[in-house]
Amino acid sequence: MEKQPKNFGFGEEEAMVKSSARKFFSDNCPIEKIHSQVANQEKNSSPGNGNWDRRLWEKMVEMGWPSLNVAESSGGVGMPLCAAVAIAEEAGRAAVPSPLIPTFCSSFVLNQCPGQAAEEALNQITQGTAVSLGITNSKGSSDPSQTETEIKGNKLYGATYYVQDAQKAEKIIVSAKGSSGTGLYLLDTQSKGVQIIPDLIVDLTRDQAHIIFDGAPCIELAKQTDGAAALSAALPAMLTIVSADMVGAGEWLLQTTAEYAKTRVQFDHPIGFFQAIKHPLVNVMIEIDKAKSLTYNAACSIDFKEDSAEVNARMAKAQASEMAVFSASRAVQFHGGIGFTWECFVHIFFKRQMHNQVLYGDAKHHRRILSDLCIGQIN
Amino acid sequence: MSGNEKQDTAEQSTFRAYCKDWLEKNHPGEPPVNLPLGALELSDIDALEWLQAWQKSAYEAGLIGCDYPKEYGGGALDDCQHIANQEMQRYKTPYLPNIIGMGMAAPTILFHGQEDIKKELLPKLLSGEEIWCQGFSEPGAGSDLANQQTTAVRDGDNWIINGHKIWTSLAHFAKWMILLCRTDKADKYNGLSYFVVPIKEAIGKGVTVKPLIKMTGETGFNEVIFDNLLVNDKYRLDEVGAGWKVAMTTLVHERGAGLVVTPASGGMEPKEDQGAQTQSVRALIDLAKKMPRNGKTAADDPLIRDELIKMMIRYEGFIQNQRRSRITELTDHPMRIPLQTKLVGTEMAQDLQKISYDIEGPASSLYVGDKNAPAKGQWPLAYMNSFGVTIAAGTNEVQRNILGERVLGLPKSK
Ligand SMILES: Cc1cc2nc3c(=O)[nH]c(=O)nc-3n(C[C@H](O)[C@H](O)[C@H](O)COP(=O)(O)OP(=O)(O)OC[C@H]3O[C@@H](n4cnc5c(N)ncnc54)[C@H](O)[C@@H]3O)c2cc1C
Repeated sequence: MEKQPKNFGFGEEEAMVKSSARKFFSDNCPIEKIHSQVANQEKNSSPGNGNWDRRLWEKMVEMGWPSLNVAESSGGVGMPLCAAVAIAEEAGRAAVPSPLIPTFCSSFVLNQCPGQAAEEALNQITQGTAVSLGITNSKGSSDPSQTETEIKGNKLYGATYYVQDAQKAEKIIVSAKGSSGTGLYLLDTQSKGVQIIPDLIVDLTRDQAHIIFDGAPCIELAKQTDGAAALSAALPAMLTIVSADMVGAGEWLLQTTAEYAKTRVQFDHPIGFFQAIKHPLVNVMIEIDKAKSLTYNAACSIDFKEDSAEVNARMAKAQASEMAVFSASRAVQFHGGIGFTWECFVHIFFKRQMHNQVLYGDAKHHRRILSDLCIGQIN
Repeated sequence: MSGNEKQDTAEQSTFRAYCKDWLEKNHPGEPPVNLPLGALELSDIDALEWLQAWQKSAYEAGLIGCDYPKEYGGGALDDCQHIANQEMQRYKTPYLPNIIGMGMAAPTILFHGQEDIKKELLPKLLSGEEIWCQGFSEPGAGSDLANQQTTAVRDGDNWIINGHKIWTSLAHFAKWMILLCRTDKADKYNGLSYFVVPIKEAIGKGVTVKPLIKMTGETGFNEVIFDNLLVNDKYRLDEVGAGWKVAMTTLVHERGAGLVVTPASGGMEPKEDQGAQTQSVRALIDLAKKMPRNGKTAADDPLIRDELIKMMIRYEGFIQNQRRSRITELTDHPMRIPLQTKLVGTEMAQDLQKISYDIEGPASSLYVGDKNAPAKGQWPLAYMNSFGVTIAAGTNEVQRNILGERVLGLPKSK
């Protein structure tokens, strides 16, 4: 086994990816633009409120982002996971609505599926096909054995829930149960027998849906004997990517609030003068830094196929989720009345943080599993 | 008989029995329209009118304003409002719409108003017929309330008001506003004066009310612009230049630490199809018992159980604090507990509502209006809305400053 690099794998190229992503988002989707795009209505009044800019996604594809972590043999760039993490972090910092995060997650699942079908799907991702995952049941569980989708004679029946950016995705990877276990299947969102029902969600920067299948045609990616293993092998990378999104959003909340605290004057002082503001903001920073390093560490240990990868990724997700709630709450509170308004940008990030922190398991969920992994099972 | 009842005086005990009897027969029943979480989010006139009718009937029955003198429309009882409040909560009644009127304007008018003003304004305030709002905050005067830039300039019997108020809850329904403004630019604190202003009749004639939207997507507060509004001098409370002192009466009551107990009903459960109550540990436990988790429910999860019980202890501590604060011998500083009420109460509710995310998991992503949202999406709404009250009425940071300075005698920070 290679030894992990000191720099988490952020070599020159990865660092360049990160800085070009920062520049791309600040040039193309400053928060003013995102706000007018997603918060132009007065409330989340209709399901599937996910307004987004398809052109921006196309540009991301042109920059090769969805292919970064796809192997060169499948037409991808073959960079380490930290490159994708860097982009997810910048995407979180920009609160950009796009199918990037679910497409990353889908590519991680496809990376775990041997065979021609997965290979082709990965290749389509490198060409710009947006893919999402249908692996969660109505109760919010992503345990493969609990899927509420069934495979019968190469067709899918049942339903899947909490599908991220379903309306932006062209293809969905679905976990479905058959006689010998849970397999993974790829289908077109436009196919017959697929009904996408948008959810009305709090987060304004993505869409979410549940999908009902009634004999939907699909392609097998992982056999019923292999689906669960493929999903659990992909999970650390998925958790790491979502953590990176929260780290980026946390950083935006921190910097924006610090900036406000330098300029908003009450009692003849910028409010950042008061320790009631200064100290908790520093605490937010401390929480972000832990989350960020844990996230980079998780990415690196996944790249180096370390045994600790799962533990590291769950630690990252647990810490990032706690930080997400904290950074969001302090940003609203320290903006005062203006922070509580629709017109202020803070709520966009607040809602994204609250969404991400429960996605693929909240902090308590991962700590529960970590305690089994690190302390041992309760007997 | 509960602990509360054992401590009743004879008058309180008779009154309590009366309240129970009246509530038994006169509970208003289910609202015909969806009600928002609280009065500060009221934006629908039908909801307002239904709540006003409830307030009026409870007022006429003597359950509201019972400690106020007869000549101002009150019941002239001695320390009975909290009895009526307890019983109205116990009977799970709707909340009262005129909360700014009763909680802030009424005690201020009582202590600082002239005789005829009290007679003119208090009865319709207590009955809820006339809704009140509070015009204190300005873009540059939030926590630093004394930094008022709205001006009142004397013009014979009148004052000419100019300026910009912000975050004014209920201004869109209010007939009256309590207004703090500047009458002397040279003196920050002693240059303020306090008025009651009939704003509704002046809309379009010196008053503009513009709604602001909250992060929840709801409305409820506003910007109010004064452009040469004339206000008669009889509507001034207390002396010119005494505005800060008068405002302190308002604020101490706003924060639940005043001498006058604010009439408060509430506790009504929303209809099944409108979601759930989101303000009590019991409601959170109910949610936990409904949310599936690994073949059981969230209420079977030890981590959630611990959160719920911690919350229960916090709530019980809060309630027992309120009880103890009524017994002078058991508190070493009279303001020690009262000044904690707003701070502790709002943070407790915020943390309660935050636990709903742990309980709901991914379903917490679903918002009001989604058919599959647990409790109709009320919990994420309540959590977001909770920031309104950790900010309003003096932010919780400012509350901690006040407690440190007034109760612990720490050096003043501003
Ligand atoms: C839902 C809602 C309803 C409201 N309704 C009304 C109403 O009806 N009428 C009305 O007049 N006002 C109303 N307000 C306004 C409210 O009183 C102010 O928002 C509040 O006083 C804070 O002022 P600000 O918004 O200007 O924040 P700022 O004062 O700018 O505060 C920003 C941050 O700085 C912190 N801060 C400021 N000074 C200090 C200090 N000395 N030490 C430590 N921290 C400090 C604050 O705690 C806050 O976190 C309402 C507000 C909300 C959110």
